[in-house]
Amino acid sequence: MSLEFLVASGIGVLTSAGIYLLLRPRTFDVVLGLAFLSYAINLFLFSMGGLELGRPPFFDAGAPGYTDPVPQSLVLTAIVISFAMTALLLVLSLRTYLEAGTDHVDGEADPKKRAP
Amino acid sequence: MILVLLVLLPFLGAVATALVSRGGRDACAVTAGVATAVALGLLGALAPGVVAGEVVQASVGWVPALGLQASFFVDALGLTLAGLILGVGLLVVVYARYYLAAADPPGRFYAFLLLFQGAMLGVALSSNVLLLLVFWELTSLSSFLLIGYWRHLPEARRGARMALTVTGAGGLSLLAGLLLLGHSAGTYELPVLLQRREAIQGSPLYLPALLLILGGCFTKSAQFPFHFWLPQAMAAPTPVSAYLHSATMVKAGIFLLARLWPVLAGTEAWFLIVTTTGLVTMLVGAVSALFEDDLKGLLARSTISQLGLLTMLFGLGTRMGAVVGVFHLVNHALFKAALFMNAGIVDHEAGTRDVKGLGGLGSLMPVAATVAVVASAAMAGVPPLNGFLSKEMMLEEAAHTRLLGQAWLVPVVVTVGATLSVAYALRYVVRVYFGARRGEALASGQGAGAHHDSCAPPEASRGPEAGRGGGAAAPHDPPLGMGAPSVLLGALALVVGLFPETLAGPLVRAASAAVIGGAPPGFTLALWHGFTPALGMSVVALVGGAGVLAVHGGAEKVWRRLGVPDPAGWFEAGLGAAVKGSRKLTLAIHDGSLQRGLALLVGTAVMVGFVGFGGAKHTAGERPPMPVEMLTVLAWVLLVTATGAAVVMHRRRYLPLLFMGVVSMIMALAFIFLSAPDLALTQVSVDVVTILLLLLALNLLPQQSPPETTRRRRVRDAVLALLGGVGMGSAAWAVMTRERKTLADYYWTHAKPEGGGTNVVNVILVDFRGFDTFGEIVVLGTAALAIFALLETANRGEAGRRLAQWKPGRPLSPERYPLILIAVTRLLLPFAIVTALFMFLRGHDHPGGGFVAGLVVAIAVLMQYLASGFDWADRRVRPDHHALIGWGVLVAALTGLGALVFGRPFLTSAFWHPRLPFVGEIALSTAMVFDAGVTLAVVGAVMLALAQLASASKRAKQWAEKRERGEHGGAP
Repeated sequence: MSLEFLVASGIGVLTSAGIYLLLRPRTFDVVLGLAFLSYAINLFLFSMGGLELGRPPFFDAGAPGYTDPVPQSLVLTAIVISFAMTALLLVLSLRTYLEAGTDHVDGEADPKKRAP
Repeated sequence: MILVLLVLLPFLGAVATALVSRGGRDACAVTAGVATAVALGLLGALAPGVVAGEVVQASVGWVPALGLQASFFVDALGLTLAGLILGVGLLVVVYARYYLAAADPPGRFYAFLLLFQGAMLGVALSSNVLLLLVFWELTSLSSFLLIGYWRHLPEARRGARMALTVTGAGGLSLLAGLLLLGHSAGTYELPVLLQRREAIQGSPLYLPALLLILGGCFTKSAQFPFHFWLPQAMAAPTPVSAYLHSATMVKAGIFLLARLWPVLAGTEAWFLIVTTTGLVTMLVGAVSALFEDDLKGLLARSTISQLGLLTMLFGLGTRMGAVVGVFHLVNHALFKAALFMNAGIVDHEAGTRDVKGLGGLGSLMPVAATVAVVASAAMAGVPPLNGFLSKEMMLEEAAHTRLLGQAWLVPVVVTVGATLSVAYALRYVVRVYFGARRGEALASGQGAGAHHDSCAPPEASRGPEAGRGGGAAAPHDPPLGMGAPSVLLGALALVVGLFPETLAGPLVRAASAAVIGGAPPGFTLALWHGFTPALGMSVVALVGGAGVLAVHGGAEKVWRRLGVPDPAGWFEAGLGAAVKGSRKLTLAIHDGSLQRGLALLVGTAVMVGFVGFGGAKHTAGERPPMPVEMLTVLAWVLLVTATGAAVVMHRRRYLPLLFMGVVSMIMALAFIFLSAPDLALTQVSVDVVTILLLLLALNLLPQQSPPETTRRRRVRDAVLALLGGVGMGSAAWAVMTRERKTLADYYWTHAKPEGGGTNVVNVILVDFRGFDTFGEIVVLGTAALAIFALLETANRGEAGRRLAQWKPGRPLSPERYPLILIAVTRLLLPFAIVTALFMFLRGHDHPGGGFVAGLVVAIAVLMQYLASGFDWADRRVRPDHHALIGWGVLVAALTGLGALVFGRPFLTSAFWHPRLPFVGEIALSTAMVFDAGVTLAVVGAVMLALAQLASASKRAKQWAEKRERGEHGGAP
């Protein structure tokens, strides 16, 4: 077992969870799915720079080495953008629920329960 | 440079006209008129030289990297068309001022008109064929806007759409043809290209190029079988028809035939295709004009016929044919524009354009009647008018042309065509201006039912004519401004006929020389050429035409019974079928179900991924794997367990949020462990906000997801999810286990000297890739504003009703604002703000930065909202969240722009390291100001989103409590 395997399998597990939740019929679950998928993708992007231990990208002429700062800055941007997306989708689904009286993604009426 | 200005003037005029559109018709007309008149003046200044044989050229760099030049040139042919565009344009501007009703927006009309004028000028004067094509397409677009000017009329929209579809498709064909032509000629510059006849005609690409170019020309110039769009375009206001459909746009195709005549004409294929198409069009147009009752429709169909004649002339491929073609092109523009304006006047005064409902207007409208007589006579080819001259020259050319080996074919066809044109011209004059008076009755408003299914609907139902002309007053001559343009055009038709050699000779000679690309044949424009075969054909046509009109009534009955097919109807039906088919196809792929769509999307992505994987080499990575410690494995187990638990328990919606927190913490730890402290900081602070947001929203949403009905779907989704996970995981694995070359070195070595910071990630964010970060805060701000908009309006309508009936999903704590929480959060606030400041200041060199600082501030303030209540906190939060976002983006943008002042690219940073007493060296940089902008925007966006959501919950809660206290609930 290697560190690479742990990270790769972690990405795989997060992706699976994200996809499964993304395909659920309720808006809240879809938002959750997107959040998990974002974790997976951020970790995936990050892993593209390779794994380094104890070599943060702070410039020091005497540093023994450094990790790739580019994926890090891309992921930093991605985290923020996925936050904005999650927030917007969440509120959109809330508003849809208030308008339609159901939180089914295809607007199918809920047979069991009426709106709150 | 005068030339470039000349082409630009109409476009500038269009903008100016749009700007003064509030000033009403007069302001717009004057602006448009001045732009056109100045352009005409510039052209006039160039004219003497050009007629003498000079060619004026101008060129400006367009896309220099591709070798593309925006180049223009004026030779006599371009001058002729440009003269028509601007001359007739000026008259139309004047005419339209009186034609438009008060309710018609004049700014839009004149702006579109000038846009079209500029596009046409571009077609006439472009020297680069690709540039010409751009203008060509622009004429299609602007004519679409003009035909559809009365956009509330369905027939206007239909006509506009049809014109755009047909001419737009032709434009595509033309694009392909011109590319082939330029390829075989080796140049796209017309003056050079026109010299390469041998290269073009010898190329195997000649025939495809010819067919494609003709496709463009024939659609634009309404040649059979593409002619059907022109009558439909009569739904346009009459000034538009007078301009586009007589003098200019429909001539663009003919112009291009003439322009490319030196390199395309003279082959068997050219002769057969172009001449035959011209002849057929001439007959089809003439016959249908004879049985058309709508005045404008009649003129449109006669235009089709005359365009066929012009096409035929250029198709002959003889030098004399080109001379006559040029001459008739000008003549037709003069009399046809006059006739269209005349039809508009009749419509305006009598309230209808239906020939059957009109008659005897001559005595009421003597001036209009005179213009109509003169212009129709010119159209019919009656001496001594200009139309007679060119038509006789045409007959003379046709008299000795053999087609398909038959000497009689062309002469007979053109004589029949000429006869029919005499008949429809006579019909126009006789039925409208002579005979029993019929217009009066219509003028007093009884004509509403008189229109039948003529192709172009009369405007009387809505048009300006009905509004102003259709009062109780008898029809009379129009005001000076409306009548004068057509009088002037009619007078020109007459004097050109009387003094052809003096007035038109030099221009026709020079323009035909430009078409031919050499000296034109010797000819004299004169009324009398002696007893020639053409004279005989003319006489036959005149007498025959009168005869045809005499038997018109009977012929019409036969014609109606024949039930001639209507290609416009077929076109519409075809279009309808295409729309239906594509809708069916779209629905088959995407039926609007998100679940289905997402499943397809994920499925496709997985499939593509695995297909790619299957087609590649599968060797193991050569990089030595990194060892693992026990603690790391533990973290991994925790991550997998929490993720799995979140999925399994996702229907109880609070639980997955808990597990999400666990996942997020492990991610952050992993980032620290893997040398990414900045990511860890961001991940933790963003997730605090995300989970707060989810909790707040869940307060108003159902607390549980209902069970799903089908097990099959769950299994299907699980399979998709597994495949996707395996794919992503293996891809990451494959990359991580291989050596790679990255850009890291560049940033590592340049961060300090160029960005002035040692935290390379931060330097990349605020300097090297500062534009990304700028975009990011704009996205964040926009999302927050959208959230605001969605929630601010949620207490209205259906949503408001539901919100008012909200019941807490779970029991609320009796202690609403726990004292300990209040005390702790208030105490924490100053510390949090100091922490944020610390993060902000060290960000350039150490982990931290503006983004994290903003989040920390936002979280600290949000804690106050949570602990002390919305109202308490909201009263104390001073700055408006919207303003914070705005200032943040503004500060960031201005910092970036500051670099421009010093002549550096956008967002280049400058930095200093001053040494302060007692403090020591400190780092100052403009990136810090940019980062401050980021902080402001983040605080604003996060606060706006969460406070808004909290406030919505609060409203719902208050209503619920009111209800509980026995008062009537409901949205206030």
